[in-house]
Amino acid sequence: MTIREKFDVDLHSLQDAVIELYNKTEIALTKSFEALNTRNIDLALQIFEEDRPIDRLEEEINDFAIMVITRQQPVATDLRRVIVSIKIASDLERLADYAVNIAKATIKIANEDYVKPLIHLNEMHKNVLEMLTLAIESYREEDVAKAKKVAELDDRIDELYGIVIKDLLSLTPDNSDKLTQISQLSFVARYLERAGDHITNIAESTLYLVKGRHYILND
Amino acid sequence: MTITINREFKLEDLMLDNSKNKDVVYDTKNLNLWYGEDQALKNINLKIYENEVTAIIGPSGCGKSTYLKTLNRMNELIPSVKTSGEIVYRGRNIFDKSYKAEELRTQVGMVFQKPNPFPKSIYENIVYGPKIHGIKDKKILDEIVEKSLRGAALWDEVKDRLKENAYGLSGGQQQRLCIARCLAIEPDVILMDEPTSALDPISTLKIEELMQSLKKDFTIIIVTHNMQQAARISDRTAFFLSGEVIEYNSTDKIFSTPENKKTEDYISGRFG
Amino acid sequence: MRILNNEQITNGIGRRLLTNKFTKVILFIATLFSLVVLAVLMYRIMNQGLPKLNLDFLTKFASRRPANAGISGALVGSIWLMIVVVPFSMVIGVGTAIYLEEYAKKNWFTSFIQVNIQNLAGVPSIVFGLLGLTIFVRAMDLDRSILAAGLTMSLLVMPVIVVSAQEALKAVPRQLGEASYGLGATKWQTIKNIILPAAIPGILTGSILAISRAIGETAPLIVVGALAFVNFYPSSIMDSFTVIPIQIYNWTTRPQIEFQEVAAAGIIVLLVFLIIMNSIAIIIRNKFNKRY
Repeated sequence: MTIREKFDVDLHSLQDAVIELYNKTEIALTKSFEALNTRNIDLALQIFEEDRPIDRLEEEINDFAIMVITRQQPVATDLRRVIVSIKIASDLERLADYAVNIAKATIKIANEDYVKPLIHLNEMHKNVLEMLTLAIESYREEDVAKAKKVAELDDRIDELYGIVIKDLLSLTPDNSDKLTQISQLSFVARYLERAGDHITNIAESTLYLVKGRHYILND
Repeated sequence: MTITINREFKLEDLMLDNSKNKDVVYDTKNLNLWYGEDQALKNINLKIYENEVTAIIGPSGCGKSTYLKTLNRMNELIPSVKTSGEIVYRGRNIFDKSYKAEELRTQVGMVFQKPNPFPKSIYENIVYGPKIHGIKDKKILDEIVEKSLRGAALWDEVKDRLKENAYGLSGGQQQRLCIARCLAIEPDVILMDEPTSALDPISTLKIEELMQSLKKDFTIIIVTHNMQQAARISDRTAFFLSGEVIEYNSTDKIFSTPENKKTEDYISGRFG
Repeated sequence: MRILNNEQITNGIGRRLLTNKFTKVILFIATLFSLVVLAVLMYRIMNQGLPKLNLDFLTKFASRRPANAGISGALVGSIWLMIVVVPFSMVIGVGTAIYLEEYAKKNWFTSFIQVNIQNLAGVPSIVFGLLGLTIFVRAMDLDRSILAAGLTMSLLVMPVIVVSAQEALKAVPRQLGEASYGLGATKWQTIKNIILPAAIPGILTGSILAISRAIGETAPLIVVGALAFVNFYPSSIMDSFTVIPIQIYNWTTRPQIEFQEVAAAGIIVLLVFLIIMNSIAIIIRNKFNKRY
């Protein structure tokens, strides 16, 4: 294997690691809502456990990226590939943290009935997962069109966030004993909205990787 | 303590073509060059701007050194060279019959791949250029020696041994002496043909720093095999391949978002 | 997988080392052979010649009586000859070399000249003698003078000087010339200030060898007409003369056994003369070498 072939293999491993991180994050996000919907404290605790490997993987990606930069001194697209992998890994790690936060909220409110069915919240969650998959696909395939579509999906999430918050606020006067639950649920909505922003960042990183310049998608 | 980011730094600005308000030193128009039957340069069109470091990169045999040597007509030392097209230096075509190569070379100095001081004293090396152009006054020569050695950041290291043989200097010092020798004829342009390829990293760094300081007063054109070097020191980079200019742009642009696939393949080491 | 057989290599080592030793001995014997021959020769000459070698021998002219024979006429003749040969052959030879190496365009004509010069270096010296006789002695009417002989000898050594000077010029690193041209120097300034000084040690080495050949040369001088019997010092380059080797040759052809001793003494003088010439050249060469 020539040195540059090794370099290409390294770049590929870096991409593979980011995608592995995506898989773990996606599972965490899915489980977090499963726990929330079923008020399953054990499942929520499991998410706590599974966050540690995610953090470690993100650190590994950073270390590996720095090693590749040091040894291969990449330029142009190669350099952007390495930098972008670091940025995306950091966004994914952040998404996993939101899954943990949702699990924390779940634990706090799991012992009481919900004030209302979590329809819009689940739709938000569904959208987040869809966006995430699309963003990672755009990254893996270096597909500009998919990256731009991610931004459109984010608009829907922001819209849903508005609806969810309004709903929850309207329930406050009649449910003064369930204020904790209402505030925790609005936190969850807030986490999902933030997750959408981070996924938009992933799409922006992909655009930067391909085009070599910055685009602002979430206006 | 507060840290402020330098607001003047904007990558987009750096990548913009700022050549409009700069003086053109060399304007190469449709330059072709043959060694006997082999065409070494094909239809080169290139503008070199004042007070910039212009790097020429490309694989061996791509014509980059040939192009550099054409700029001060050093390639005329090779008998079989033929050229067509023109290179306009400060408004005058260097291939004009009336333009003497010796005259051009007093304006365009050259530093070579291997340090090549004359087998003479440090002092004699510096005054060689002025002397062949008829300057004999000892006072003026002394002044030139100090000024040139200071310009090449060598004065402090050699001021006490100017009469010693230049071969006693280290490789890096010899190369700076060659730069000083070049400065002694007070040129307008300095051509450098892989000036650090024979030097260790520390000496290389010194020469690179020197180039940055010389840029204020001179226009520098450097041929280099070392792409990191081109990226570090140059303002503009030309990529040569098989005798053609594939891409010529600001160094920031070339090394971050080259327009041509061949350029990207070359700078990222995936050539061929 | 290894292609080489280790055992085979180990087994072969003894034989190869033996061959190595054997070759070394053979080569040493070859060296010894020439050394021994030289030593015997020197011994014989010293044995015969040293008793005869004294101030009288150096100051007296040739004589029919061995006891009175001296070498001074030939010694002075040789010195005169060198006074003509050294400047002539060096200036013309080095000049030709510079022209061919630095100025001349590389075309069929210059390579034709080049080949001819190289061939001239191999032409038998007697042919140069005949050339000198025809051109200098007869056509230019220089008669049997030191000048005629000196010019003939210059022609003889010139090809060697040209070729060795060309080699010396070629050996000067091209970068030095480029550095000079790069500063705007003309060709002649570059040659004069950079290339020639750097080539001088090499040029001198070649010239020393060539001129040493001229000192020992007899044949062309006999043809050009150096006298065998001279009992006066030449006073100008138009005078007739003789040189040491001719004098020695003359003595060795005499029947009297004493003349053999005189000849041996003459040989010693010739050798010393050569050594002095070479030393002077080496000193000059080292002086230039120090500037490096």
